[in-house]
Amino acid sequence: MTPLTREGIAARVAQDIQDGWHVNLGIGMPEGVANFLPEGRDILLHSENGILGMGPTPPAGEEDESLVNAGKKPITMITGASIFDHAMSFGIIRGGHLELCCLGGYQVASNGDLANWSVTDDDPIASVGGAMDLAAGAQRIWVMMQHNSKNGDKRLLDACTMPLTGQGCVKRVYTDLAVIDVTPEGFLVTEMVDGMTQEELQNRSEAKLRFAEGCGTLPDLTKAA
Amino acid sequence: MLDRRCKSLEEALDGIEDGASIMVSGFGDAGRPNLLLKGLIDKGVKDLHIISNNAGSGFEGLAMLFRHRMISRLTCSFPRGDLGKEISSWVRDGSLTVEVNPQGTMAERIRAAGCGIPAFFTPTAYGTKLGEGKETRDFNGKGHVLETALHADYAFVHAEKADRWGNLMYKNLSRNFAPLMAMAAKTTIVEARHIVELGDMDPNVIMTPGVCVNRLVQWRPVAANEWGIAA
Repeated sequence: MTPLTREGIAARVAQDIQDGWHVNLGIGMPEGVANFLPEGRDILLHSENGILGMGPTPPAGEEDESLVNAGKKPITMITGASIFDHAMSFGIIRGGHLELCCLGGYQVASNGDLANWSVTDDDPIASVGGAMDLAAGAQRIWVMMQHNSKNGDKRLLDACTMPLTGQGCVKRVYTDLAVIDVTPEGFLVTEMVDGMTQEELQNRSEAKLRFAEGCGTLPDLTKAA
Repeated sequence: MLDRRCKSLEEALDGIEDGASIMVSGFGDAGRPNLLLKGLIDKGVKDLHIISNNAGSGFEGLAMLFRHRMISRLTCSFPRGDLGKEISSWVRDGSLTVEVNPQGTMAERIRAAGCGIPAFFTPTAYGTKLGEGKETRDFNGKGHVLETALHADYAFVHAEKADRWGNLMYKNLSRNFAPLMAMAAKTTIVEARHIVELGDMDPNVIMTPGVCVNRLVQWRPVAANEWGIAA
């Protein structure tokens, strides 16, 4: 059994993004999805500092200080991009105009609650950025994370223990081990990496998992490419 | 004759006193009003309430107001950064208050202030720590949090182009909070890379009309040794 790499998770997520979608990719693991967007689909990337149609990182020496993403990193604009102010940008988010937002996660509960911005309740510089607006506003939230923390802590929970980013917002979780839908009946596993058993995946999760009929293999698309 | 141009940086910053609240536009390097911030350091005011998305980074711009200990209150969405350790310790010793807002809530609070809307309900942060203690109401079966308008004495804005009436254009992602802050503050001060003749800008592409601007000064780059504290 080989868990997916961060790139493997990103490549798998990218396969599920549909032609014509407007998508916000959160800072961290989700940023990597941009490298695997399928050819032939018009997908517009949104960055909350005010752009739809964000392009790839410019070559060294061609950075423009007026072109940065939400992580303050240099970007380019694709043909057809548009620029707007922060109120419009978050109106686009809160108003439900984005088909998808991919966020990193610390914990997801079986009712779709998400914790991804602060590990403790007493951090004086807990930094939320746009995460709560995205959680509240995007049409669907997909979370990308390692199935377990570095310490082996479980992250698919009955209830989040860390401060919440949003209630009931997560629709799907992509981990290094599985793809899991959040349904009204709780977590439903639709894909697992080759060699993973239902028992083992359940052991690595706190919340009760159900398994879809015909639960498939979660492929490593970075190897196929 | 309506002319918002100031002859000097000092004139543009005239009247700013200890304890003032100042909105600082910019997101990362994009649209950071460095010249105005440098002028504020030269002025030596303190006990400021800064409203800006981030706490700044490096040895320029907003970060330098922190390093000179000119700030006693920060309203932002993302205080973590280069100065994270210092900011944490100032919060713990009580010399700095940090209020964290969700980024979109902060933008809308500023927009509301500029548009004469005292408060609004938003779904953002409902059921989270940042919604605690705030009035809530259900609309269409969803919980919402009441947020109030965020005003300030001053707004600092960097524009790409301006004319003497204060009509503004911004370049690319330098726009970010600028149009909102320009409307929300009692006094809006703009540094512009290019000050052009009236009529040189197409009215269709003016992003902030001059009615939202009070003072305008010609931008110039700020050198590394002008910030008072070296890296």
